[in-house]
Formats: sequence, C-alpha cells, structure tokens
Amino acid sequence: MSTRLTTGGRLLNKAKQVTFSFNGKQFTGFEGDTLASALLANDQMMMGRSFKYHRPRGVVASGAEEPNALVNMGQGGKFEPNQRATTTELFDGLTCTSQNHWPSLEFDIGVANNYAARFLPAGFYYKTFMAPAAAWKHVFEPIVRHSAGLGKAPKDRDADRYEHFYAFFDVVVVGGGVAGLMAAKAAGQSGAKVLLMEQTAHWGGRAPVDGGKVDGVKVDDFIDATVAELEAMDNVTLRNRMMGAGVYDHGYILGYERLTDHAPMLDGPRHRLWRIRAKQIVTATGAIERPLSFAGNDIPGVMLASAMRDYIVNFGTSSGDRVVVVANNDDAYRTAFTLKNHGLEVPVILDSRPNGGGALAKAAREQGFRVENGKGIAKIKGGKRVTGVAICAQAGEGAVLEEIACDAVAMSGGWSPVVHLWSHCGGKLIWDEAQAHFRPDPDRAPTSHDGNAFVVTAGSASGPLKLDDVLVDGQKAGEAAAQAAGFAVTSADAPKGDVHDEAPLVPCWMMPQGAGPKLRMKAWLDYQNDVKVSDVRLAAQEGYESVEHTKRYTTLGMATDQGKLSNINGLAVLSDALNQPIPATGTTTFRPPYTPISMGAIAGEARDEVFQPLRRTTIHGWHEANGAFYEPVGHWRRPYCFPQGSESHADAVTREIRQTRDSVGLLDASTLGKIIVKGPDAGKFLNMMYTNMMSTLKPGKCRYGLMCNENGFLMDDGVVARIDEDTFLCHTTTGGAERIHGWMEDWLQCEWWDWQVYTANVTEQYAQIAVVGPNARKVIEKLGGEMDVSKEGLAFMEWKDGTIGDFDARAYRISFSGELSYEIAVPASQGRAFWDALLEAGAEFNIMPYGTEALHVMRAEKGFIMIGDETDGTVIPQDLNMQWAISKKKEDFLGKRAQLRDHMASEDRWKLAGFKTEDGSVIPDGAYIVDHGTNANGQRNTQGRVTSTYYSPTLDRGIAMGLIHGGMKRLGDVVEFNKVDGSTVKAKVVDPVFYDKDGEKQNV
Amino acid sequence: MSEAVSALDGVTFEGFAKVAETGLRGMITVRGDLASKEMMAAVKAATGAVLPAQRKVTSGDTGAVAWMSPDELLVVVDYDAANEAVATLTDALKGSHALVANVSDARAVFRLSGDSSRDVLAKLAPVDFSKDAFAAGDIRRSRIAQVPAAVWGNEDGSFEVICFRSVAQYVFDVLKVSAEVGGEVNHLG
Amino acid sequence: MLTLQCPYCGVWAEETELHAEGEAHLKRFGPDSDDADFESYLFMRENPKGVHLERWRHASGCGKFFHAARSTTTLEVFGTYSAQTLEPPQDIKDKISAKIPNWSWREFS
Repeated sequence: MSTRLTTGGRLLNKAKQVTFSFNGKQFTGFEGDTLASALLANDQMMMGRSFKYHRPRGVVASGAEEPNALVNMGQGGKFEPNQRATTTELFDGLTCTSQNHWPSLEFDIGVANNYAARFLPAGFYYKTFMAPAAAWKHVFEPIVRHSAGLGKAPKDRDADRYEHFYAFFDVVVVGGGVAGLMAAKAAGQSGAKVLLMEQTAHWGGRAPVDGGKVDGVKVDDFIDATVAELEAMDNVTLRNRMMGAGVYDHGYILGYERLTDHAPMLDGPRHRLWRIRAKQIVTATGAIERPLSFAGNDIPGVMLASAMRDYIVNFGTSSGDRVVVVANNDDAYRTAFTLKNHGLEVPVILDSRPNGGGALAKAAREQGFRVENGKGIAKIKGGKRVTGVAICAQAGEGAVLEEIACDAVAMSGGWSPVVHLWSHCGGKLIWDEAQAHFRPDPDRAPTSHDGNAFVVTAGSASGPLKLDDVLVDGQKAGEAAAQAAGFAVTSADAPKGDVHDEAPLVPCWMMPQGAGPKLRMKAWLDYQNDVKVSDVRLAAQEGYESVEHTKRYTTLGMATDQGKLSNINGLAVLSDALNQPIPATGTTTFRPPYTPISMGAIAGEARDEVFQPLRRTTIHGWHEANGAFYEPVGHWRRPYCFPQGSESHADAVTREIRQTRDSVGLLDASTLGKIIVKGPDAGKFLNMMYTNMMSTLKPGKCRYGLMCNENGFLMDDGVVARIDEDTFLCHTTTGGAERIHGWMEDWLQCEWWDWQVYTANVTEQYAQIAVVGPNARKVIEKLGGEMDVSKEGLAFMEWKDGTIGDFDARAYRISFSGELSYEIAVPASQGRAFWDALLEAGAEFNIMPYGTEALHVMRAEKGFIMIGDETDGTVIPQDLNMQWAISKKKEDFLGKRAQLRDHMASEDRWKLAGFKTEDGSVIPDGAYIVDHGTNANGQRNTQGRVTSTYYSPTLDRGIAMGLIHGGMKRLGDVVEFNKVDGSTVKAKVVDPVFYDKDGEKQNV
Repeated sequence: MSEAVSALDGVTFEGFAKVAETGLRGMITVRGDLASKEMMAAVKAATGAVLPAQRKVTSGDTGAVAWMSPDELLVVVDYDAANEAVATLTDALKGSHALVANVSDARAVFRLSGDSSRDVLAKLAPVDFSKDAFAAGDIRRSRIAQVPAAVWGNEDGSFEVICFRSVAQYVFDVLKVSAEVGGEVNHLG
Repeated sequence: MLTLQCPYCGVWAEETELHAEGEAHLKRFGPDSDDADFESYLFMRENPKGVHLERWRHASGCGKFFHAARSTTTLEVFGTYSAQTLEPPQDIKDKISAKIPNWSWREFS
C-alpha cells in the first residue's frame, strides 16, 4: 500500500494539516502536498479510469506529464474538469472527484469496454460507424454521447477573474531548475533585463531529489544561495507558479501564472496570462522520464521511477512497501537507494541491459540489492493494484522465469528532453543515438524578425542529464542569450557538480523485445487515450506510415497530456513496425500550450460588462432611463424603439411613425460618421471618393453622395456639406465612420500623396439630433436663438451655423423620412441638455423620440435605400436606379472602371423596384421572387429578392423594395415571393416611392 | 451657452492605483507640416509650448502639445479656452495647408495615479511601460484592451489616458478591473 | 504574432496594433484601362513562398499606412518603409539580396 512515511517530505509543513475530499470521502494531508501526494499518503493509488476502456488508473508521474490522475476540481462557479492531481497544490477544503467512472471509481460499468478491447482496435470508430446510416442516429450516437468527453463540463459561470499582462524582457528563462537558475544568473550578471519563470512553487527542479553536491555544498544549499543572489539583482524578475505556455513568432512567449489555484480564498485574479516579448528565450525545461512498454504497465502501482523518488523525498509518501525497479539506465538505481534509505523493500532491480549498469549498479550490488541484468517484466500481476511481477529475459518472448510479489513497480525507459517550447516556433530536433532521445539541434533554432535565432536550450532540455553538464550548459545558455540580446558577457567558470560514472542506456521499446501479440495488446503507450503497442502496429500494418496519420488513427498523444509520456515510445514502436530508423519516422508537431491553460486566462479581463466595448452616445442615459429597446449597430447600441408600458415593439414603432408624420419626432443621430476633409485638393479628392460631383457643391449646401469600392460596388452613403472653399464635412453610415475614414486615408497616403488634403474623424465631437415632422420648425423656433430656420432662411439641402436656444449649433436641412426635418449638431458635452431642451419645447406637440426601426420604415416609405439592406457588397448604384447620383462628367472616380465591365452594364442584372402584396401582407425578410422551372440542382429558379420589407403604418399595408430581373420595366407585373412554409405570396411591381412622391412635405 | 458635461462626470475609483476622470479638456487636432515655421508659431501662440519631438509631449503657459503622427498634433488647453485656441491656431496657419479641428467633446480623459499605475496600464496595452522605456513627457498611441487610446506620462508620475468619448465607460471599467485590489503585479510599479 | 516597426512613429508594434492591408505597390488602373490590366489590378495577387512586399496600417497607433518586406516562410522582416513610394528602397532590396541572393517579386529583384 501507499502511505505517509515518517521520513522525507522536504516540501511539507507537517505542522499544518489540511483536510480535503475526494469522491465525497474526507482525507487529510499537509500543507505543501500536491493532491496526488496526499491521495497516495491516504493509500488512494487509484485516481481515475481511462477514457476508452475505463480501466482503473493510478498516478504514474509527479508533474505536468501526468496522464492518469485527472480530477474534476471544485464545485459550482469554481468547478473545472481535467485538473492534474500532480500539479494541484493541496489546500484546506479542496473538493474533487475522479473522472470517467460510472457509477463509481471502484465499480465501473464502462469497464465492459475493457473486456471488448479485442473488438475496439485502433480506427474502430472510423471502421464501425460508417454503415448502416440509420445506425448512427439510433445506436452509435446515443452510446458515444453518453461516454464522450473527459471529465464533466462546468454548469455554472466561472466565479473567478482573470487578466493579461504585457511585459518586455531581454532574456526570458523558462524553468527554475538548476540549469534555469544558472542561465538567469549568467544573463542577469550581464545587465540584461531577465525573467525567470518556474511552473511549480519551488526552485531547483529535480536536483534536490536526485541529490549531489555543487562546489562541495549540498545542491539544496546551492539552489537557495543562487535564488538569493537572483533576488538581489534589480534587473532579474523571479516568478514561480508560472508556466511557459508557448513560444511564438518574433520573441512572443506566453507565461501562464497561477495566482490563487493553491489558495482560492485569496482575493484577486485566479490566472494571469503574461504576454511577453523577449529578445532571447532560454528553455530550461528539463526532461521527462519515459515509461517502459510491458504487459500490464498501466495497472495502478506501476509508476515512473523518478516520480516514486519525488513522492518520497518531496512529500514523504511511499507508493508501495515492496517495489520492483525495472529500467534500461543507471538513473533508476537512485530510486532503489531512496526506497531503501526510507525503509522500503526492493526485492529486485531488473536491468534490461545485458551487461547492466555502471557505478550506481555496482554500488547497489555492494549495498546488497538483488540486481538482474538482461531481465525484464513479462507481465504485471494484479487488477486494481499491482500484486506482483512475472520476470522474463529481455531478449526472449516473455517466458516467465520467476514471479515476485510486490505492490508497486518503478520503471524507467530513459529520459526525453522537454523540447516543446523549442519546437513551438520551428526549432528542429536531432536524434541522439547514445541517449535514445530527440534533442534540440542548436544549429536549427527558431528565428526571429531579424533572421537570428531567439531560443536557446539549457540543461537537460538540451540533452545532458548529469548535474555537472547541466550546470555548465545552463550557464552557457544564459551567457549566449545575454550576448545575443546585445549585452557584454564576461565568461566565468560554471560551478562544479559531482560526477558519477554512468553506463549508457540501452534502448528498450518493447519488453521483452520479442513480445507476441498477446503481450503487446496489454502494453500501454498512451494511458489516457488507451493506445497500446498493438494499436500502433495495426496502424502501420494498415498503411498509416506517417507519424501524423498514425497519431490521428490511433489517437496516440491526442489526450490532454498531449503524449508527454507516450510520443517517443509510440514512434519507436511505429519505426520498428515500419522497419526504419526512428529519425526517419520523426515526431508529431509540438503545439502550444505546453499543458492546457484556462479559457479564463485566454479571455483575460474581457467578460461581463467589459466583454466587448459598448459605444454610448451622450444621450444614451436618457434612452436607458426611458425603456429603449436596443439594436446593436457596430459597437454602438441604438434604440430600436421606445415601448411604453406593455406596448409591443411593433405597436411602439407604429406610434413613433404616426407621431413623427403627424406632428414631430426626435432621433438620436449622433452615431452617424462625420469626417472633415480639408485642403486645396479636397474637392478633387471627394470627386474620386464619391460617384457624384462634389467639387461643384457650393459652401452652405448639402449633397447626398454615394461611395463605391474599386469593384464598383456601393459601400457607403451620406450627406456631404461644404463648409468653405477648402473644407467639406462628410457624413457616413453609423457603422462606416472608422472604415470610411481609413479608406480616405488609404487613398491619400498611398495613392495620391501629392494631393493637399487632410482628414479628421470628428464623429464624436457632436451630438446630432434629427428633429422631424411638420411641427419640427415650430419646436426649434420655440427654443429661440439667432438661427433663422425658416423656409427661406434655411432651405432644403442647406446647412447653417448659429445658436438655437442657448446652444451653438449647426443645422442641416436634410431629410431621411420625407418630412420637414432638421439634423442639428451641438457639442457632445451639451448633447443631453439639447435633447432635454427639445423634449421640453416640443411637449405641446406631443414630441417623442423614435428609434431605428421607425427610421427604417419611414425611409422605406420614401423609397430611400439603406446600406446593408439594399446593398450587400454585390450591388452597384445602377442596380438601385441611382444613375442620377453618378456623375457623367467626371473622368474618374473609385468604382467607375469596374462599372464599365460587361457584367456590370448587363441588362440582366436584378434592379430595384417596389412591391405591394395583393393581400396587403408583409413579405417575409429574405424572400426570393420565384421564376419558372428549376436549376441544375433541382431548386426553383429565382428572378429577384426582397431587400426591405415592412408594415407601413402610413399606408396601413405591407410595403417592400427588392431587386428584380428587369427592374422598373416590370412595373405592373404580378410576381410571387416564396414563404417559409413553402407557399408564395403575390405582389405587384410598383414604384418604390410609396409616400409623397413629389417631395412636397420635406420642402416646406 | 448651456453647461457642458464630461462623459462620466468625474467618476473615480480607488484600487491599488487610483483612476479618475479628469473632466472636460480642450483638445484640438492640428494637421499640417510640423517642420514649418508657421506651425511652430501657431503652437507657440496657442500654448506657449515648443513643438514636440516624435512621441513626446511639450507644455507651455496655456497648454500642452502632443505629437500624434508625422503630420498631426494634439493641442491641449482648458476646455473653456478651446474655441479661442482654435481661432489662434487657424489664424496663425492661414495661408498654409493645415487642418484645425476642435475635438474637445469627442474625448474622455482619465488620470491614473499611485505607485502601481504602470502595472495597471501593462494589463491593458501591448506597450512597454517600464520606467526606462516610458517616462514623463512621453506619449504612446495604442489600444486599451479593445479600443484605441493614447497614454502620456505626467511629471508627477501619474498618467493620462485619452480615449473616445463613446467608450469612456468601457475604458473606465477596464481600468477599474485592472486596478482592483488583489490584482497587484508588483512588477513595473 | 509579428512585430513590425512603424516607419512613421518609430514604434515596434505588435500585430494587435496593426492592420494587414494586402499587397504592396499595386498599380491602379482607371477608366481608360483595358480589361486585362484592370482584372490584374483588381484580382491578381502574389502569394509567394519567401519574400513578400506588403501594406500594413498602424491602426491602433499613429494611423499611418506603411510597407513591409518580409519572408512568408521564416517571418524575417527585411525592413519597413514609407507608403509614399512606388518601389522598395535600395537598402531594403540589398538586405533581402544578402539573405536570398536571387529573389524576385513582381518587377523587383
């Protein structure tokens, strides 16, 4: 059994006991424990079940590479699935449950899949769910749905907050082990601005567990001293609980800082995502131990040798009383020594190498360990827990030589450098034959904007595994990074680590090497996704020769651990099956993040009220207080209508229109874009921007203009006012202000840079209010002021500066409703006051605001087009019968050449007309005008479509505009629009101007 | 003239740094040839300040001038003095190709103060706000979270954040969220 | 995520401050052009593996458009330069040649 030892536990505060719950059971642990070590201390070796076969699974590792010990953490708004027990720091009150089990961890029905494993080989899903088609819906899909997904999806809103932080460093060192500390120190001493980040809460990495001396002092003391030195440097920043999540183009690196995961009671953000730009990055990310592939290597109690050592030294926790050690290298002997030093039994060390190990092996024999060279494990005995091992010759096919009882197995297949961050942005790898691993190729590093390398590896991440080499490599990396970042380095000797004579490992990709199919299908590669040696061999046999294809076919390395333990073993098996060397197979692509990061950290502050910017006019507060129903227009939110009491939106719109047409209404038009265009060439420039002739506009006058892109398509419209000889003010649509301003600047900066024109976007300088209706003038006159707004004083399509009431105002006599209308701009800071003044002055006329829907209906009654309704990026002004707005005198304007193309000039284009249904009903939005016959796909032919369709309160019937083949030539025709229910509605083609065709009302 | 109101009416928030809307400010966009004698004279007449170098802010007796782009300045004066400054600038630039526009009402201004102001800014803008990279008299146009903004450093160590008026509430809210107690970074100060 | 130095305000801006604006040095063809030239102006774009000349705008910044010479494979930036020019400046062409001796892009090399 696994239990708490009286010795070991250097990271524990045994004075502080904490309680936590796992699957509803209460346990205790110590401050400093991880969830995994605390569960082990409570003899809870089994921590979950696998995804596909629901096999019982125990913890196998002690860090970020853990594939098995995943839990649903927390409750309610703090619930999060797939949290690794090995990287979860224990805190008082922690609550978690294991995953992939039903009804319970101990007794699971899904484990039936395990017994059917023979029938669930690689590619099972692709092969099985193909046919018959009906089976998917009724049989497979319900089963898959029930069992799909790792962990549970959260049900509540995330109760935590998150944030980003932008930071800039000369050198960023990822990994706070001895190599990272050395690199940070070397870089720091050059004067470079350095960040050192470490994913755990502790400095020093594995070194304190593996032991040894540096310059004659214990490595623990060396680490403390180095950290103290770094802390004293002003130019060095140290951050623990911060993981290097990904390395990206041009020195961009993400640091994932976990601020309160270990202490949820603290205020403040839970995670902070550091968005860092570094001149140089040092990845001191260490190495990960590889499992060995033998039958039953997934049974709880089989663990990585290094992890077992970690649990004893760091957390004072044993993984078993009697532990068999099996390895192909010397390092695993350290686990045997550690076990023995803490009073645990090691019945045998199985060294798969025919000639065994070096100095450590010799020491083991001297200390009385039984060491068996050239031996391996034929299979593990046990179900939910290891009960023993069957020993065989590594060279054979698995004939059992001996069975030994034990309750845990420590395995080691060698070490692989953590190359993820190196590889994220294109760093290449080479195969190191001696250590049997891929390591970074320093000659093919990722390159930055200047074409130079910007990532350098340090320590075990480079390949070296021995303390002495790691210290030297760390220092060298720090110096190289500082130098590359432009700092002068005075090279110093690295401290000396004590050196052991270690014998080389002998690669062991299958144990025993001649294992037959029966053993291979019990030898796990990917624990989380249940991929076995047999699956990878099957994939190879079925023709999946590329490692990327095999990955997807078998799901090898596709789980939340992204194959940290399984990838190298898997591609070695694939290489063997394909009978090619490992480098020829290569690796799959390493993609960020290194381990999953929270969605909250990615979103940062962008949630709730600041999820997205909301633009408000200065009158927004009034709208809010008066029950406006909004519609979003770009980032603005404009009132759609102002329902009163229990009034429906449709009724509100009808009321607003009647009031405006009969008396007077107000529209908050502040959102319309306003761009000043000024300079000696302003007229010439606007002649290019608009299809109309703008240079002939007289100061004091307004002109409605159309803007097209170079494809000839209509992109925006609005009223242009000429302020003086050199100055124009261009109105744009609400959504178009920034875009059109950018469009103008584009042409001025990049095409006609010799033209003397400046622009300024002054949209928000003004609150602009449309006062609309037969009583509009009376309301304005009632406010007083010096401005003459009479028919003669301010004629239709004129503008004027002056005072209205107390306000400095600019009034435009323009109308988008067909009524007598003034659009009045005042400084935004007085917008609300002006609005209030108009409401007060208009009270006797029952003045009321109207929203965007009333605006839309009134313009449709007048046959005015709307950008986004009548246009969709494929419509030219000619389609909308707007030849009157296209100057024939101008040699050139944007879009002119395109409009001359055959297709644009074709008589077959659908053109604008009005439509009146025969029964007075409203044509559905988006309806097409059906035609005779069907097209090649058997769909009904069409001859047009509706673009605007409304109930018109003024006419008390449905009115519509649309594009139809033949356009206005079809006047009087009766056509059919399709409806959602499959029927059609008949409508007559009419003039699109439904109201006041002669424009008398707006010109009074 | 009716009383003018700023976007958020002087709202404040105190977290680990202080955020305060400063109220209305006279702001004038000036575009033209920044190297010309006329421009130098115009800016001097309106503010008493000399022309700022690239990404710098200069101040004079009656106002400040910020470099916005190679052909654009932002002249900052008291709100009530804006119209007069517009007239002064327009007059001084008569005859040159230039654009002078009063944008006082199109903006909102926040002052961020306290020892940890830089950390608040660094949460929201992709800009190096460390002391050696951004000092008093520097201006940087960038974005604050999702909207365009400009930040400049004051002599007293505080910062001005200028944004469009329509997003004043958004900018105040993100500054507030970023300055909330518990979110201290203790990195830039 | 790229960083480019805006040649107008001098800022090293990351991509979130910038807006990509498509291919550089397009020659506009107007009303008198023939169909082939106009089609090429509207629709024909380079899609090189290697050296590319592009337009960018410092959108959340000084607002200026500028040009960048960049490798689409290594993301190396050979330089950024003014928008008010019809071709890349000689020093940038030299920089590209130093790295990629026989490069060409449309009529430039």
